Amino acid sequence: MEIQFRLNGKQVAAEVAGDSILLDVLRKLGCVSVKCGCETTNCGLCTVWINNKTRLSCSVLAAGVDGQEVTTLEGLQEEAAEFGRFLAEEGAEQCGFCSPGFIMSVLAMVRELDNPTIGEMKEYLAGNLCRCTGYMGQLRAIQKYMKAKRMQFQAAGEEVQA
Amino acid sequence: MLTIQNYVKAKTLEEAYELNQARNSRVMGGMMWLRLGNANVKTMIDLSGLGLDQIEETDHVIKIGAMCTLRQLEQSEEIKAYCGDALAEAVRHIVGVQFRNQATVGGSIYGRYGFSDVLTCLLAMDTFVELYDGGTVRLREFIERKKDKDILLSIIIRKNPRKVRYLSVRRTKTDFPVLTCAVVTGEVHGKECWYFSIGARPMHAALIEKEWRISAETTKEQLEAYAKEVADGFRYGSNMRASSRYRKHLAQVLVMRAMESIITEGR
Repeated sequence: MEIQFRLNGKQVAAEVAGDSILLDVLRKLGCVSVKCGCETTNCGLCTVWINNKTRLSCSVLAAGVDGQEVTTLEGLQEEAAEFGRFLAEEGAEQCGFCSPGFIMSVLAMVRELDNPTIGEMKEYLAGNLCRCTGYMGQLRAIQKYMKAKRMQFQAAGEEVQA
Repeated sequence: MLTIQNYVKAKTLEEAYELNQARNSRVMGGMMWLRLGNANVKTMIDLSGLGLDQIEETDHVIKIGAMCTLRQLEQSEEIKAYCGDALAEAVRHIVGVQFRNQATVGGSIYGRYGFSDVLTCLLAMDTFVELYDGGTVRLREFIERKKDKDILLSIIIRKNPRKVRYLSVRRTKTDFPVLTCAVVTGEVHGKECWYFSIGARPMHAALIEKEWRISAETTKEQLEAYAKEVADGFRYGSNMRASSRYRKHLAQVLVMRAMESIITEGR
């Protein structure tokens, strides 16, 4: 069957079978940031947004996203690069394999939670596993990134007032 | 491996029910568990277009559509206003946000999974399931029935005044639970009733009901005797996560903690 959906802001079409998995379809459409890490629906590497909510694309039937809006890391290049610089500055990553799914969750968290505590961040990101590190560098990077974002936001507000 | 010949997004409940009568049809919830098993499905029926993803509140009940996600349960103000953080506590340890954005309440309940936190918590509350063909049935009766070809439409919680506590033990965060425990108390027909639900034993949750009068004056020894009686009332099994003896011990400890928490809050 043919499905049509919005992928990173562009209307796309794909020919899929009843059991085609969204993850595979997205990779065929060129979104190779989306990867399968565990095969047991829990590592978070395949995280994408469907209608702006984080989802595990390894468990979504492609046929089900007909008419929906899907966002992958490829659609958030600028933001991802900005947060990536904070990750790099903290030396947070070793192999980097888990980054795409992790960054999708971080960028969703920034939108969903207002000024979260470390405990709330850990809970929000618990579904993204990293097997190299102990997550400490990532948490430092997120805190610094969120602080920088708040300052940008405040500065923009003051400019408007001035 | 899971193979699916046809995917159908049902346009009406009637269509979904009719399609589901074929032997090799399946209704999908969030597909979290379904996709990990082996099945050759001829028609996979998707209920996501039928408006079953709402949480509605009336004067007497909270009605949770079968396609509501676990994340919706966790964030529902209506549920929080009725039973505090108990249901949120029951789901917040399940894998991660992206998993809970997808796993459905209907899938959790229809599957009668041994590991289900959601089932454990809802079982101790005054909960019913609404079926397309079978009408409205008490949750505790529903889970003892054999899986059939009916369709689960919603979960209905009666809003009688209750105190609800939920506790679970996991070997590591986000993992399946080693044991789950819900304790609920309230007045039923003028009598103080206590409901104890223990799941992941590793069999699916079961319920024990007691007419006990417990207050701040109840001694610790008496409470411990109650907790032991409850823990002794369930059957336990062993698997890779824990032995049956360890599970029974955990059950007693969690029941005790939940009762103490309720008493401390005062009634």
